[in-house]
Amino acid sequence: MGEEAIIKKFMYVNRKSPYGTIYALESLEVVLISAAFDQDVSLTFTDDGVYQLMKNQKTEGIGMKNFSSTYSALGDYEIKKIYIDKESLEERGLSISDLQELVWEDEDEDYAEKSSINLVSRDELSEIMNQQDIVMSF
Amino acid sequence: MKLGILINEGPYQHQASDTALQFVKSAIKKGHEIYRVFFYNDGVNNATRFATPPQDDRNITKEWSALAIEHNIDMVVCVAAAQRRGILDKGEAERNGKDSDNIEEGFRISGLGQLVEAGIQADRLITFGD
Repeated sequence: MGEEAIIKKFMYVNRKSPYGTIYALESLEVVLISAAFDQDVSLTFTDDGVYQLMKNQKTEGIGMKNFSSTYSALGDYEIKKIYIDKESLEERGLSISDLQELVWEDEDEDYAEKSSINLVSRDELSEIMNQQDIVMSF
Repeated sequence: MKLGILINEGPYQHQASDTALQFVKSAIKKGHEIYRVFFYNDGVNNATRFATPPQDDRNITKEWSALAIEHNIDMVVCVAAAQRRGILDKGEAERNGKDSDNIEEGFRISGLGQLVEAGIQADRLITFGD
């Protein structure tokens, strides 16, 4: 038998709007890869990062690939802890209903769909960040 | 302490790579181990040997290369980010039908799994970026 598997708490912090720079897209690429490593993964959306989860994104006009549907696959990758910074939403005149719903299926409850989204205050977010082993910020 | 380093910005445009270089030098001097340096986002542009900064300026790519060779540091460039930005080793150039490769000695191209692995194996993962 090999060494005991190390499981760390990885948090990916998304701070940028989805199309102005490549950070959002390349952050998502790391997140999807990390799912293959059986780590304890969570995602935070804060500052302009909250725009990444906006419903009804249309990118034809700017000639970029719309990757927003990829977020809905996170649950299938066992990534089910998504934290949204409440103040960031409010500062931008948004509410949780402007964002897409992200769910995961609970095997223990006959694959019931459960929401992955946690709306948190900055104080709560700071607590959660403190509990992480690895924080990668994009 | 075993350190993983993540560099997310390109050279010259941004100070991230310079700061990371100074940090890594200091960490080694203090006896820490560098588990891996991983280049992501525009950070992959640190790996091109084709960059030709003015002679009275620092050559960041050469400095990384020299440091890695001297201290046997594993420097990994993300393959997906590198392909987007035209950073290629010989194998990648051949696979993608390009007429040349441009990676500097001491860097190697590999997948994002190497970044996650650095996070798992190192005591700390330190990000240099925007």
